[in-house]
Amino acid sequence: MSANASKGKIFLTDMTCRDGMHPMQHSLTPAQMARIVGGLAEAGVPTIEVSHGDGLGGSSFNYGFGAASDREYLEAVAPVLKNSELSVLLLPGIGTKPDLEMAVEYGAKVARIATHVTEADIAEQHINLSKKLGMRTVGFLMMSHMGSPEKIAEQGRLMESYGADVVYVTDSAGALIPDTVKARVSALRQAVSCAIGYHAHNNLGLAIGNSLAAIEEGATHIDGTLCGLGAGAGNAQTEILVAVLDKMGYETGVDLFKVMDQAEDVVKPLMLRPQLVDRAALTIGYAGVYSSFLLFANRAAEKYGVEARAILMELGRMGAVGGQEDLIVDVALQLAQAKQAQNPEPAGVR
Amino acid sequence: MGKIKAAILGSGNIGTDLMYKLLRSPEIELSLLIGIVPDSDGLARARELGIETSHEGIQALVQHPEKADIVFDATSAKAHVRHAATLKQLGKTAIDLTPAARGPFVVPSVNLDFQLSAPNVNLITCGGQATIPMVAAVSRVQPVDYAEIVATISSKSAGPGTRQNIDEFTYTTARGLVEVGGAGKGKAIIVLNPAEPPIMMRDTVYCRVQEPDEAAITASVRKMVEAVQAYVPGYRLKAGPLFEKENNGWKVTIMVEVTGAGDYLPSYAGNLDIMTAAAVAVGERFARHSGQQQREVANVG
Repeated sequence: MSANASKGKIFLTDMTCRDGMHPMQHSLTPAQMARIVGGLAEAGVPTIEVSHGDGLGGSSFNYGFGAASDREYLEAVAPVLKNSELSVLLLPGIGTKPDLEMAVEYGAKVARIATHVTEADIAEQHINLSKKLGMRTVGFLMMSHMGSPEKIAEQGRLMESYGADVVYVTDSAGALIPDTVKARVSALRQAVSCAIGYHAHNNLGLAIGNSLAAIEEGATHIDGTLCGLGAGAGNAQTEILVAVLDKMGYETGVDLFKVMDQAEDVVKPLMLRPQLVDRAALTIGYAGVYSSFLLFANRAAEKYGVEARAILMELGRMGAVGGQEDLIVDVALQLAQAKQAQNPEPAGVR
Repeated sequence: MGKIKAAILGSGNIGTDLMYKLLRSPEIELSLLIGIVPDSDGLARARELGIETSHEGIQALVQHPEKADIVFDATSAKAHVRHAATLKQLGKTAIDLTPAARGPFVVPSVNLDFQLSAPNVNLITCGGQATIPMVAAVSRVQPVDYAEIVATISSKSAGPGTRQNIDEFTYTTARGLVEVGGAGKGKAIIVLNPAEPPIMMRDTVYCRVQEPDEAAITASVRKMVEAVQAYVPGYRLKAGPLFEKENNGWKVTIMVEVTGAGDYLPSYAGNLDIMTAAAVAVGERFARHSGQQQREVANVG
């Protein structure tokens, strides 16, 4: 497909049916997922991730209830995988070991075990189990912008020591810029002998650029979603990754026109909102806040009569981490109270 | 009536914090702190305070069973499984601070009294101690179909035990939401936050109910917060109860924060403080119960 000589292989993971669940408010049905996954498999995407947006076991008041259970989603996509590997995400503290065992029943071949960038040691039992179950195991260091390159190296080494086959610099807040991506990937490359991955969010408009920066420093595993469908301003757009990597001379093994069609004809009509870098999404990247806070902050802003941007900036100042969705209402209430104290007209607080 | 004698198994963070709290108890005499590492900080502190120590683990009690009537176990779930059998043979009441969950669950503000005949009671988890009272407060007013909690603790306050057993934390807490909180189903989530300075322990409780009696739930929650504050002074209602209509009923949201008393660990370790404070409350209840039984026996005799 490529006009250039190959510079090597890049392994793409499409997460339309996982990170894409955030902007869809976890409403994708098993049938819709099967259609998306079937198209991705047809296009030759090597790894396809399916889970609640917050991983297995994520269906909850705190993160939003899924339209179906983890089991129902996996059951729906299992028959359409062709040669693609099925991946699941698990965040220790939310998902548990039995969730992983269940996913294997439906043919999951890849487990991505995600922790905050400083907390790799809570993943030991899950990485161990995943390896024992014969899965390719990925250590996912989330909110990577909150850890220095040295910290990433240290935590990546831990994940590798538990058995991870790949360690990811996961830019959950879309807060990294090319230089800070490179510093982290490079520190990790010197620290571990396993493969390195990079997961982008587009809050600063850098999802594709940062992915390329990571590849330049030696990352070989890259995440994307069709139409960029994902938390915050979304992820690196799978179809753009395929086109750009092809032009640069990297092999992905993915049929560009087929993923383009899948994005345009299947995913785009399902989207609840356009995937934009709007004010709140840009604030998430700027303040360094977990991308899936976006819709929660918008809802809290409307309900309590405060600005989403103010909520997100405050969450960034407080050092909120992934999974703390419950803090958003707390912060919105505090801002509403402060606003009312300054300007005692009735605020929208019940 | 004299104080009841108690020993602590485990001289780590929890055991040492518990030691300081028991020294203030009007009903419990701390007779022995037992560790396994001779030069541990906890044992050194106990010796400085003139408290008898041993580094021989549970053997210390096997050799000197007269040293304690009740035994607090602040070791690990794995160790407690062994300890539970030995303590039962010795006829000691065990108050288990590990997630071993051998005995019935106890939350002092919810079900203290009806566990008094149990030879071994379990304190569930820190997240359970902080959130189950809130679920119970709601379920006393009307049925809770489903309760979910999110416990966020500072990374610094999560020791290797918690980190290596994070799944057990979620299962045990979820079970407690049902068995003690009275929810139909339970789910527990734990989040570690490494921010500096360390954050206070915060917990969010969600309950699903049908057509809530908002005034009655609010009153019940406030009353329960006071009941917890009686033994955990740093327990505070941060927000709520908030009531929102959802697809399958109503969501009741309650947020609490726990500031530690700062006995051994800093105030951010509210998650450890609430466990040791609950343990003292349970121990004192056993002490009063056993004193009462002795008086009854004396009266009969």
